[in-house]
Amino acid sequence: MSLSAQVAVRRGALDLAVDLEVADGEVLAVLGPNGAGKSTLLRVLAGLLPPDGGRVVVDGAEVWDDVAAEVRVPAHARHLGMVFQDHLLFPHLSVTENVAFGLRTRGVRRADARAAAGEWLERVGIAELGDRRPGRLSGGQAQRAALARALVGDPALLLLDEPLSALDARTRLTVRAELRHHLAGYAGSTVLVTHDPVDAMALADRVVVVEDGRVVQAGTPADVSRHPRTDYVARLVGLALLPGTAAGSTVRLDGGGTVAVAEESTGPVFVAVRPESVALWLSRPDGSPRNVWPARLVSATPHGSTVRCELDGEVPVLADVTATAFAELGLAPGAAVWATVKASEVAVYAR
Amino acid sequence: MTRRLAGPVLAVLLFCLAGCTAASGTDGADAAPGAAEGAPAEAGDPGLTGTLTVFAAASLTDVFTDLGQRLEEENPQLTVRFSFAGSSALATQLLQGAPADVFASADEAQMARAEDAGLVTDPEVFAENPLMLAVPPEDPAGVAPPEESGGIPGLAELIREDLTLAVCAPEVPCGAAAAEVLESAGLTDVPDTYEDDVRAVLTKVQLGEVDAGLVYLSDVHAATDTVLAYAFTEAARAVNRYPVAVVEDAANPAAARAFADLVLSDEGRTALADAGFLEP
Amino acid sequence: MSARREGAGVPVPLMVPAALGVVFLVLPVVGLLVSTPWAQLGPRLAEPGVGEALRLSVVSATLATAVSLVLGVPLAWVLARSRLRGRSVLRALVTVPLVLPPVVGGVALFLVLGRQGLVGQWLDAAFGLTIPFTTTAVVIAETFVAMPFLVISVEGALRAADARFEDAAATLGADRWTTFRRVTLPLVAPGIAAGAVLCWARALGEFGATITFAGNFPGTTQTMPLAVYLALQRDPDAAIVLSLVLLAVSLATLLLLRDRWLGRV
Repeated sequence: MSLSAQVAVRRGALDLAVDLEVADGEVLAVLGPNGAGKSTLLRVLAGLLPPDGGRVVVDGAEVWDDVAAEVRVPAHARHLGMVFQDHLLFPHLSVTENVAFGLRTRGVRRADARAAAGEWLERVGIAELGDRRPGRLSGGQAQRAALARALVGDPALLLLDEPLSALDARTRLTVRAELRHHLAGYAGSTVLVTHDPVDAMALADRVVVVEDGRVVQAGTPADVSRHPRTDYVARLVGLALLPGTAAGSTVRLDGGGTVAVAEESTGPVFVAVRPESVALWLSRPDGSPRNVWPARLVSATPHGSTVRCELDGEVPVLADVTATAFAELGLAPGAAVWATVKASEVAVYAR
Repeated sequence: MTRRLAGPVLAVLLFCLAGCTAASGTDGADAAPGAAEGAPAEAGDPGLTGTLTVFAAASLTDVFTDLGQRLEEENPQLTVRFSFAGSSALATQLLQGAPADVFASADEAQMARAEDAGLVTDPEVFAENPLMLAVPPEDPAGVAPPEESGGIPGLAELIREDLTLAVCAPEVPCGAAAAEVLESAGLTDVPDTYEDDVRAVLTKVQLGEVDAGLVYLSDVHAATDTVLAYAFTEAARAVNRYPVAVVEDAANPAAARAFADLVLSDEGRTALADAGFLEP
Repeated sequence: MSARREGAGVPVPLMVPAALGVVFLVLPVVGLLVSTPWAQLGPRLAEPGVGEALRLSVVSATLATAVSLVLGVPLAWVLARSRLRGRSVLRALVTVPLVLPPVVGGVALFLVLGRQGLVGQWLDAAFGLTIPFTTTAVVIAETFVAMPFLVISVEGALRAADARFEDAAATLGADRWTTFRRVTLPLVAPGIAAGAVLCWARALGEFGATITFAGNFPGTTQTMPLAVYLALQRDPDAAIVLSLVLLAVSLATLLLLRDRWLGRV
């Protein structure tokens, strides 16, 4: 249930040419600014838009698109599930009927389809809402129902188009954690399109950064954020996302070390530290910051007026310092430094 | 096509002219004094001025338009305006207060409505118009009587019960007449549509959408190229008589009187006869 | 509370013409009610012709609406969704009956479906079928005049509806026909209902094309508007009573449908 796609679309100002490979069980995030062509790419994969060139192949053998050979499988004949930004649950059907819709169109008997839908609603935690109309669901509930609708038929490919961006900040945290859980249990290939680096970092096994219709960088989330290849990528994916376990306002990291946070929580979490919130010192500073970590400078990459510093230590974070400060501190790879971050600058996400 | 038709239609028309005139010559005397009084204005006279509004039955469209022009030529400062419509509609409009100087109706019943309301007095009959059976040139239902038949046939001899027949609705003068002839011919169940005016009946005959229609003699007179027309005996039972009257509170009474007199004069009668109307 | 505050805020340059507009539209109806011979209402309504004309009007307008739905909804879909070339020309053609005087429409129907018409000639020769002067002709004339109203409002509803729901249905394995039936149609149902009501009301009031193409025969082709028009020639009181009946029936129907269908809009 792998996906291999070479997609070319030229449409107005957009010139998209992207190659993707997604293995079984893998989650690939396509990250990029609005207008980069991410959604167009997803529509091509879904069969909603004919590409101008390229091939889309699933499982190594099933050809969905091959422009040269004039092969094009229509959307409804592709075995996939798709979650849209604003869920697009059919307003005239109940939640259960929405989830059962794909099974019914594929010939499953009514009773069986409803049973399977009920099972999935249970899995996404909204079993009791099956009889409601989508209009009477909260944003989070609707997005859970949309996920159930996409996954109920056990599709070969799952396409997620900005699945969290229509949710308010608080709901987004919860739904993101649940989504991560469901993606872990999904055997097919997933393509996630998002402009939010936190989504990409938290949910994806690999990230592809698309800018102006071209892939500018690909790799694991950690890789991409540590070694951004362009200023744009550096700005976009600079944050360090570290897994740990929270207990009140302290998070014990899985890799050792602790991070003080402002927001209290418990259980497994990610802490996110943005490079611009990290300050570097040659000696341990006195004063207020609650997070003071010894570290070693691994690499330094200049980007514009700042230098992205990759640090190694108990708490491996990134730091952006101004070129002037970098020079004044006389930093060079291998140097021992102290990194400090205010607790209020550290974000916590449930995972 | 035209040549083939012209023969029989004209023959029928002439035939009817003779027959019908003989049947209804009694009212001719009434009109004569009016015609004498209402001689057109002499040259040198300042003549009539202003605007004259005439409400007239639709069947009078051509002949009245012509008479109106003559009056305008004799009186350069006069403008004559016409409203041609079904007589019933015109009578209703008059009753609702429509401004008119002269009313000419296609039957006496509609004139009586205006008279009863005190809108007109002393209407005078100036023409008669009997019904004719109009048939499309192709004559799809085989209405034409056999060549050798002598006198005027009865309506029942011309039409079968199963043909498609258009007549005017009983609410309008031509329909009232049609209902009367159909009843005396015992053919009340034959019509397939009751049209709101005689022109609509004629149009449907011309289009060939009906096998036959009951229309006025004056209507077929103007349409000899496009319809065949046959007279029938029952027509004499329901000859429509056309009265004309000056409206009581006419805005232009002098011009109104002059127009009514022109209609009743020998000149008017000649024009009406040319248009296929019979003398009363 | 908030509604009252907004009402008070209507600017005078809008308020005055709006009020005049209401007066202009409502006053003639008031006139009809005032001049109704209420004492004669009972006996007049009991006249056999009235019930006959009313039944014919309601039946033929309903049939015309049904035909318009069957043909008009797919047509609206083609206009709103397909990528057919020359769609704008097609739309202009479809809306011609909106601007055509109905009497001309009736003559045009003769030229096609009349005994001598392009299609009618053939129908007559092959099957012995003649359409003019039958109830079928009434339904055809009403459909010709009223269907564009349905097409226009359904097309508007389709354009306003989010086409991405159809995308979502496609990703769930629904082909275009299934999508149309199970997603598009229910989504635009309020628009279709509104269009059908408009179409029905137009068909109910149809006069020109009907009297031209279908003629006027009590029980077969004489609908209420024809009866009103002819009654007006001789007996204005009867015409007022008939108009009142027509008014009552259409108001009742509109109110009923508004509660049942259009309430959710």
